[in-house]
Amino acid sequence: MKKIIRIGIMLLLALGLLYGVQQLLMPKYKSEILEGSMIAEYYQEDLKEHDVLFISDCEVYENFSPITLWEDYGITSYIRGSAQQLIWQSYYLLEDTLKYETPEIFVFNVLGMQYAEPQSESYNRMSLDGMRWSMTKLHAVEASMMPDEELISYLFPLLRYHSRWNELTAEDWKYIFVKDTKTFNGYLMQAGVKPVTYVPEGRVLADYQFGDICYEYLDKMVALCKEKGIIPVLVKAPSIYPYWYDEWDAQMVDYAQKNDILYINFLDVAEEIGIDYTTDTYDTGLHLNVYGAEKLSAYFGQILQETYQLTDHRQDPVYQKIWQDKTDAYYTEKARLIAIEEAEKEAGQ
Amino acid sequence: MLFTSYLFIGFVLLTLLLYYSFPKRFQWMILLFASMVFYAYSGIGNLIYILTTVLTTYLAATQIGRLQNRTEVYISEHRQELSREERKTYKAAMKKKQRLLMVSCLVFNLGILAVIKYSNFTIDNINKIADMFHKGTISFLDIALPMGISFYTFQTMSYLIDVYRAKHPPEKNIFRLALFTSFFPQIIQGPISRYEDLSQTLYGSHDRNGREIMFGLQRVLWGFFKKLVIADRMVIAVNTIINNTDDYSGIYVFLLMILYSIELYADFTGGIDITIGIAQMFGIKMKENFERPYFSKSITEFWRRWHITMGTWFKDYIFYPISVSQPMLKLSKNARKWFGDALGKRMPVYLATIVTWFATGIWHGASWNFIVWGLLNCLVIMISQEFTPLYERFHRHFPYGNTTWYRAFQILRTFLLMSAIRVLDCYRNVGLTFKMAGTIFTDWNLKGLLQGGWNTLGLTIADIILLCAAVLLVFMVSMLQRSGSVRVKIEQKGPYAVFAVFLLLFVGILIFGAYGTGYDSNQFIYNQF
Repeated sequence: MKKIIRIGIMLLLALGLLYGVQQLLMPKYKSEILEGSMIAEYYQEDLKEHDVLFISDCEVYENFSPITLWEDYGITSYIRGSAQQLIWQSYYLLEDTLKYETPEIFVFNVLGMQYAEPQSESYNRMSLDGMRWSMTKLHAVEASMMPDEELISYLFPLLRYHSRWNELTAEDWKYIFVKDTKTFNGYLMQAGVKPVTYVPEGRVLADYQFGDICYEYLDKMVALCKEKGIIPVLVKAPSIYPYWYDEWDAQMVDYAQKNDILYINFLDVAEEIGIDYTTDTYDTGLHLNVYGAEKLSAYFGQILQETYQLTDHRQDPVYQKIWQDKTDAYYTEKARLIAIEEAEKEAGQ
Repeated sequence: MLFTSYLFIGFVLLTLLLYYSFPKRFQWMILLFASMVFYAYSGIGNLIYILTTVLTTYLAATQIGRLQNRTEVYISEHRQELSREERKTYKAAMKKKQRLLMVSCLVFNLGILAVIKYSNFTIDNINKIADMFHKGTISFLDIALPMGISFYTFQTMSYLIDVYRAKHPPEKNIFRLALFTSFFPQIIQGPISRYEDLSQTLYGSHDRNGREIMFGLQRVLWGFFKKLVIADRMVIAVNTIINNTDDYSGIYVFLLMILYSIELYADFTGGIDITIGIAQMFGIKMKENFERPYFSKSITEFWRRWHITMGTWFKDYIFYPISVSQPMLKLSKNARKWFGDALGKRMPVYLATIVTWFATGIWHGASWNFIVWGLLNCLVIMISQEFTPLYERFHRHFPYGNTTWYRAFQILRTFLLMSAIRVLDCYRNVGLTFKMAGTIFTDWNLKGLLQGGWNTLGLTIADIILLCAAVLLVFMVSMLQRSGSVRVKIEQKGPYAVFAVFLLLFVGILIFGAYGTGYDSNQFIYNQF
């Protein structure tokens, strides 16, 4: 018995040490590459009840502001976005999220249709490391791995990040067990302004047809939504590039019609939304800044409200306190970023 | 399947699980199955080569065994009728048949090795000569080297020769011989086991012994530490120097000598530790292949302590047979007449030494680099042999031979000498090697190294500190080993000490190992041989 207890203590110590070391060595994404921490942030939500769920790449987490949707329409929403999120990752993130809640609307940004193969290990990591362990994550990892990646390094991320031992910073120690959020319900705020100077022409592609696997996962997302009674909505955010080809758009229009799904290409209505590409983007048109995101969200919120008659929760005490705190934090951060921008501008002059 | 891959670790764990779950009589069969799977993973077609070697060796050894039995039976049954001379004649005739069988089998299997490993080297040399005479060239053969061919060919050769020499009877079961030939932990880089040693535990029934498994595991971890923390980190700097000859000459070549020696030691001994440790977990005892070689005081001693199983193989199956062969004895007799007793006696030994080192060199690889490397080793050994009287006279006049400082000098001298010869492993040809080695004397450039040059070798300051600490740890463990097994010493400190060492080593490898993304998967250096 004594021996068993001793072995038990030793095992616990070993596991504790390994866990601690793993937590220390994993990147924290708190001051740089904030995108890396976004997928995990969702699990910290106190109230996982949202009317609208956005899942896709940077064109959702940079361009839609859940706070604006709340303030203007009382719509509660969350964005589970990650950089260069692949469509099968979006599918598995949807499956993962539906374990916690069942939103009324699911919004998918169709730029995710462009990649039919895994693209990069580092983007995979940012999309997958933050997911909680489940069979869903396992499937997501299996679908996403690059040829030289190993499944076991997703199971035990220490095997992937061990080489960070010589680049640890104070941030790694600070956030070893403590978590905090850097986004506003998945929205990554940017307040800089870098106007569009020219609109690039898309380079000619050999084949404009989206990959079969992309359609397969889009079908799966639509089917899953229908099964759960969720309304899928397809959007194309008004980012100037990556270039959105007419041929691609035609395929999405066709798909939406066939499946009776709402599809909105916001590039076509950018003027109507009021987006000014000289002031509303922080990176010459790839993504909107907070001003552009607020305009787009206000416009999209109205469509959602009018089309689907979503409940206005602004007077609902269950949501009021939580969302007021989020809103306060949002404006504090916005003011901070604007102040930084202005200080930089002054320093530049 | 790389030893350092997750797949291999999983493979070993699964094999262990099966090994101790099934009834003991199936244990060797499980090992054979695992070895075949392991081998087939390198290419299913490669199985043909190893199975051919197993089959031919089995047939030849069995037949030799039958002839030996028949001789014994015949002699004992006809002892009364036959004269001593007749018995001798009969024995010689039977021995001749056995020799014919043995030689045929050796030639066949060595032929496979030669064709696969040395064809392109031969063609390359023929083409170079043809080019000098503006003749046409021969196309290279497209043959992949089957995994471990040099090791298993040598292992089966020693088995067959030992059967011929009646050191042990032939193995009756071909599957058991197949296991001896293909035992998966040793197939890649040795040790080159002898049948009489390995067979004692390879086919036995083994109880699950926690202590043996833990000892084996500790040794495996120590091997991984040397391979992943030291060798695979050191290789970054080594390759930077080797691949950029225009930028790294002079002192960098000297640095390369040192770094490559450490890398090779960590890589090769690490691999052998993993091999012997895995075998120990299965309850199988393998011969040691190293005995702290960098503590050697002479090159002869070094070769007694480095890659021991290869050294003894060449000694037993090449050096001695040549030394005592009829032509050599004849040569010795004649040489004594012409050059006097002392030199005449040494000449056959030297000739056998040259042949042995030539064979050692070419066994390591089909290139002139390895041949020159082998012959340089031979040259140093012969020179030191010739100078022995001089050394003895020197020590009589200056009796410092037993002081610690002199011993340290001898160790350092041997290390530097071996390191210098090993540079031939690094550069792509002999000419370039000597050219780069020459820059040590013509283009030293210490200033360049100190003024930031060290920082361009691909290692950060943290890496360098880590390497120094890890090498120091290996050195300290080697010092401790001189007075007995380090694992036993740790065990004597109690279970918490065992646990702490185990855990620290494990976590140390996990954190500081040069594996995974950002590091190339480095095959063990000796795998190529």
